Amino acid sequence: MNGIPVEGFMYPNEIELQWSVLIVLYPFLTGLVAGAFILASLERVFRVEAVKPTYRLALLTALAFLLVAPLPLQLHLGHPERSLEMYLTPHTSSAMAMFGFVYLWYLMAVLVLEVWLDYRHDIVVLSQTTTGWKRWIYKAMTLGSTNVSPGALALDHKAGWIITIIGIPSAFLLHGYVGFIFGSVKANPWWSSPLMPVVFLFSAMVSGIAIVMLVYMFLCRARGEAIDMRCVDTVAKYLFYAFLIDSTLELLDLIHRIYESDESFRSLDFMVHTKLYFPHIVIQILLGTLGPIVLLAITQVLRLTETRRKVIYASAGCLTLVGIFAMRWNVVIGGQLFSKSFLGYTTYKMGFVAREGLLVAIVLTILPFVILWGLIKLLPPWEDIRGSHLATSFGDD
Amino acid sequence: MSLTRRHFLVLLPAAAVAWDSIIAGTPEAAPNYKMTEHWWGMLIDVTKCIGCGTCVQACQAENNVPDGYFRTWVERYHVTDWSIENPTVDSPDGGKHGFPPATQESGKYFYVPKMCNHCADSPCTQVCPVGATFVSPDGVVLVDQKYCLGCRYCIQACPYGCRFLNPETNTASKCTLCYHRITKGLTTACCETCPTGTRQLVDLKNPNDPVHKFIETHSVQVLKPHLATQAKAFYYGLDGSVR
Amino acid sequence: MANFKDAGHLFRMAAVFAVGIILFLVARSLFVPRTFGQYGHYRSAALAEIAAKPVMFAGHGACESCHTDVFEVKSKGVHAHVACESCHGPLGKHADDPTSLQPPRVDVAVLCVRCHEANLAKPKSFPQVVSADHSGGVACDTCHNPHSPKIDSGATQ
Repeated sequence: MNGIPVEGFMYPNEIELQWSVLIVLYPFLTGLVAGAFILASLERVFRVEAVKPTYRLALLTALAFLLVAPLPLQLHLGHPERSLEMYLTPHTSSAMAMFGFVYLWYLMAVLVLEVWLDYRHDIVVLSQTTTGWKRWIYKAMTLGSTNVSPGALALDHKAGWIITIIGIPSAFLLHGYVGFIFGSVKANPWWSSPLMPVVFLFSAMVSGIAIVMLVYMFLCRARGEAIDMRCVDTVAKYLFYAFLIDSTLELLDLIHRIYESDESFRSLDFMVHTKLYFPHIVIQILLGTLGPIVLLAITQVLRLTETRRKVIYASAGCLTLVGIFAMRWNVVIGGQLFSKSFLGYTTYKMGFVAREGLLVAIVLTILPFVILWGLIKLLPPWEDIRGSHLATSFGDD
Repeated sequence: MSLTRRHFLVLLPAAAVAWDSIIAGTPEAAPNYKMTEHWWGMLIDVTKCIGCGTCVQACQAENNVPDGYFRTWVERYHVTDWSIENPTVDSPDGGKHGFPPATQESGKYFYVPKMCNHCADSPCTQVCPVGATFVSPDGVVLVDQKYCLGCRYCIQACPYGCRFLNPETNTASKCTLCYHRITKGLTTACCETCPTGTRQLVDLKNPNDPVHKFIETHSVQVLKPHLATQAKAFYYGLDGSVR
Repeated sequence: MANFKDAGHLFRMAAVFAVGIILFLVARSLFVPRTFGQYGHYRSAALAEIAAKPVMFAGHGACESCHTDVFEVKSKGVHAHVACESCHGPLGKHADDPTSLQPPRVDVAVLCVRCHEANLAKPKSFPQVVSADHSGGVACDTCHNPHSPKIDSGATQ
């Protein structure tokens, strides 16, 4: 039908793919959010002081991506005007419905609150010093309170700490749930697995750490500031560890499938070797996983110059992002390329200028960076603009 | 002559009920239709199917199904004795216009009509985020066309491939077991027009339904029993190679 | 412990959240359909909407109540259990008001072969012929009465 090439046999209604590249983009974006937040929490809760320069940037990055995340979903829905139904009559047995609340919780009760609490002193100062229309934005954000006494700031710090504590399991829930949306579908053996939420979560952490590292390095360069090497060395180390866990989990899934060799295996195996060869073997595994792991391992084992390390971190970071995007592609698209009869395969015809086409996906990938740029202008993460804020230590809470 | 005709008209409802291939209900049941008195399913006798595709055409005519999408379809299987795990299957345009000539002399061929299984424990209604698809009190899995978002999660969750997104309404669509017919005492369009009696509607709450009695006394199968969907499309004579 | 006077901004933020929750609850009472949840997690009005869809096939019972002569012939032949609309197509409109729709003439050449064209895949016991060899191009209803097609059934030449 519709001129879509089919090999073997597909149930007639399976030939056309249901979930497009936009549904690939969605877990990619939410994964970046969860990962960026975990990096931020490294400093706040686990007191990895070395990564402090990335703290505020990580929060803003998470916020920028989280704001864009619902857009691919809205563009995908047959009736986006009915999407409020998910909040009005959520079906509690549906992972997708409950995820709507996890998203809302994470956006409002974790991210927005944490950004507000951490920036509040700056917001109050800026609401008094800025001129022009921006002044009104800051005034609104103060909620009418200009109290920046040490007592108030101490409260902010404590509250922020509590929110970060809540935020860590919330971030796990945010992306674990996305993994569960796929992992709980018993009809699809490529998706159905208890490992799916865990794999999604760790690949999210990998991608989130990578993007914050890249954004930080890029912005330092752009502002003519020196990159804090102690910071990026530590971030890269955590990226490496997260990668090791992530690839171990994916390897475990692979070995288990090959060993058990259930009724779906032959069909899936053939698919990975043919239709998914390039995105799965070449991009996800070789370039996207082995590549960064080897590069980062080199920096852990050998003592390299600063310049060499920067080049490796930047390359590893870029390869990581491409690899994790490929992983989402292989899960979402791969899961729809084979027939549930295990007797055939179809083809994904991705449009370009269509509502769910490649152009839209590209725009939605660029959009968070535009929003991030706006957020950085509005809430600068740099030390030099802040007043006496983080210079004062509040000790251990 | 007229006496014979009147005699006939009186005997007609009784004759209708005696047919194997229709439900044990009368048209007068329509205004008294109580959902809780019925639990609908279907019996498909694979040994009788000739792959004519009349059911596919009738369903399309009754339910305004768009071309290229299928609320029901027919598959043709070719199985050689050692390849029970590797049958050759085809379903050209869902079998709507029949099948091209079979060419292999060896092995066995048979046709398998497929449709929504109206699962009592359906995985598709489980995943619907808003409650747009549901199991009715009389056991029919339906989609509320005014409420469906078109997220397609139900289509992903159906193990049988019976759902699709209707491009005209942008909502999920599938076999409704001709709910608008069975609640009026009629049978489904596919059962009505099947020339060989392959497809028969069954009311699993009616002990006098001859089809129900058949299911209780013969070996029947469901598709993908390992997924425990409590499917209510029962197959008689289903080969082990059927997916 | 912190002073409440320093927590003013936190209370304001809590108020923002409270307003949001209230707005959500108001939206729920306004926008959730009335019949939602009556029988389960769905709009029970949908049942009636779906049941009200137009019927296209009348069902053979409706045909037989008028076309008793055909029924008499058919019920004695091998097509006794083939529904009228199986061949004649959906005629619900005709059954409701016979004058509103004149049923189209059945194209015998296309119709009969749909079931009876020989195919290795069909059950062996099912009557099937290679139509090109069987009739030499002559229309099926030249020899067979479609309502009772067996040649020596009395209804056919």
